[in-house]
Amino acid sequence: MRTCAESFEAYFLRPLGRAYGENLLPRGLDITFCDQLFLIGGGLMWNIYFAVLAVGIGFFLATGVALMKVSENPWLSRPAGAFIFFFRGSPLFIQFFFFYSMFVLLPRAGIDIPLGFTTLTVETRALTTAQVGGLFVLILNTTAYSAELFVGALRAIPKGDLEAADAYGLSGFAKFRRVTWPNMLRLAWPSYTNEAIFLTHSTTLVFLSAFPARQQSGEAFYYARYFVDQTFNPFIAYPLVAAYFIALTLVIIVGFGLVNRRLNRHLPRERRQRIRFRPQYIR
Amino acid sequence: MFEFCADPSILPDWQWFACYLTSGTHLAFYRSFFVVMLLLAIVAPLALGMGLLGALALRSSFAPVNLLGRGYVNLIRGVPDIVFFLFVPIALGQGIEWVLHQINCPDWDQPVRQGNDFIVCREAKMPPVGASAWARNVYAFSMACVAFALVFGAFVANTLYGAMRAVPHAQVETAEAYGMTRAQAFRRVVLPQMWIFALPGLSNIWQILIKATPLLFLLGIQDVVFWARELGGAKTSL
Repeated sequence: MRTCAESFEAYFLRPLGRAYGENLLPRGLDITFCDQLFLIGGGLMWNIYFAVLAVGIGFFLATGVALMKVSENPWLSRPAGAFIFFFRGSPLFIQFFFFYSMFVLLPRAGIDIPLGFTTLTVETRALTTAQVGGLFVLILNTTAYSAELFVGALRAIPKGDLEAADAYGLSGFAKFRRVTWPNMLRLAWPSYTNEAIFLTHSTTLVFLSAFPARQQSGEAFYYARYFVDQTFNPFIAYPLVAAYFIALTLVIIVGFGLVNRRLNRHLPRERRQRIRFRPQYIR
Repeated sequence: MFEFCADPSILPDWQWFACYLTSGTHLAFYRSFFVVMLLLAIVAPLALGMGLLGALALRSSFAPVNLLGRGYVNLIRGVPDIVFFLFVPIALGQGIEWVLHQINCPDWDQPVRQGNDFIVCREAKMPPVGASAWARNVYAFSMACVAFALVFGAFVANTLYGAMRAVPHAQVETAEAYGMTRAQAFRRVVLPQMWIFALPGLSNIWQILIKATPLLFLLGIQDVVFWARELGGAKTSL
């Protein structure tokens, strides 16, 4: 039997790949509690990777899509609406499926796009890995959900603020940056917190059926399922992964709460919006 | 299915398609839609019942019950739901077998968990040894229903709890002034009126439930996703 320190050394970085720990995952009767604790905990780094990058990139894309959706030009608002409808209306699970099947069909060598003076080769090989392809799907998904939240917030911006901005002679980008955007963020932030939490939770779906875990390097829930398959005992691995996710959720709530405080710092205390953990949907 | 399908190679296009779309796999695919609808029809009332119980627990002034309700709702919302979808069927299955084992085989002297095996006596197996494939499917399906009802019950509980609090408090006070007990006031005033507040949330949850049905596939049930994969899965790779 391994000691706890040995399993930490062997398995904590193992989710990065074979080079970072034992070649093989623990099997059968060889599995100790510490193995489960550290391998699942190590797998959490991929959950954090997916969540941070998807939320970080999706945030900016969502701002853009939300602005497109509220614009008066139908050439902008219609595609944005269709995008949001598609990604909010279909299960994330199916989206992973769909995109993985699509990525597999792309030629491995890359796609050549002739631009006249030169030929651009788009690398497509990485798209069939979860770390790139799965992240891509997650980004699109969170963009759609957050864009819908931002649209609601954009429509709820107090008219007086916008008129005041006009009166001050602000227009165009200056008005957006100084008045519209901070107001939108302030109004959308409590629900955006829930969106971030839910996105973090749905990173568990990445390896579920579509994207393969190369070299058995997967996220926390992938390892939890692996242990349950091996030990046929769901009462250790699943509660462990649940505990990790509760901890992660608390971290997100605290972090986003700090941002929320900053966004609302100009308001009197009773008008500030509190963050409430109210996830309204699963994917 | 059609008689002209005996030799598809000589058929014109539309007949060939008719044959293709009525092949055995396709028929199973169409049937699987009913499986999903059956799940929805079963889970919706179950989840509503769980939700009502949960909301009552949340409202309860008796501390342990209140704590139970809050624990239930917050635990399910704080953890990815997929964990529950995989955890509940296997945990419940082992739990049922363990209970049956204790009842049927009291003189069994070996431990139930030996290493990585979960061993119960022959009489305690669920579904019973020798059960038909159909019975096994029904068993797996009902496990899935329980998992869905548990997860969605937590969502419903939260919605109903909010709806109950949205009923104007003055009305409850009036009911009590008329001499109704707390239970009577709840039954006659709060319960009939809360639905109007709960309905938007419930319709939301209903949509979520529809969107969550592909997860049935993960529980080993041959649902729409399973057959779609059978039909559309890549047979070749570049």
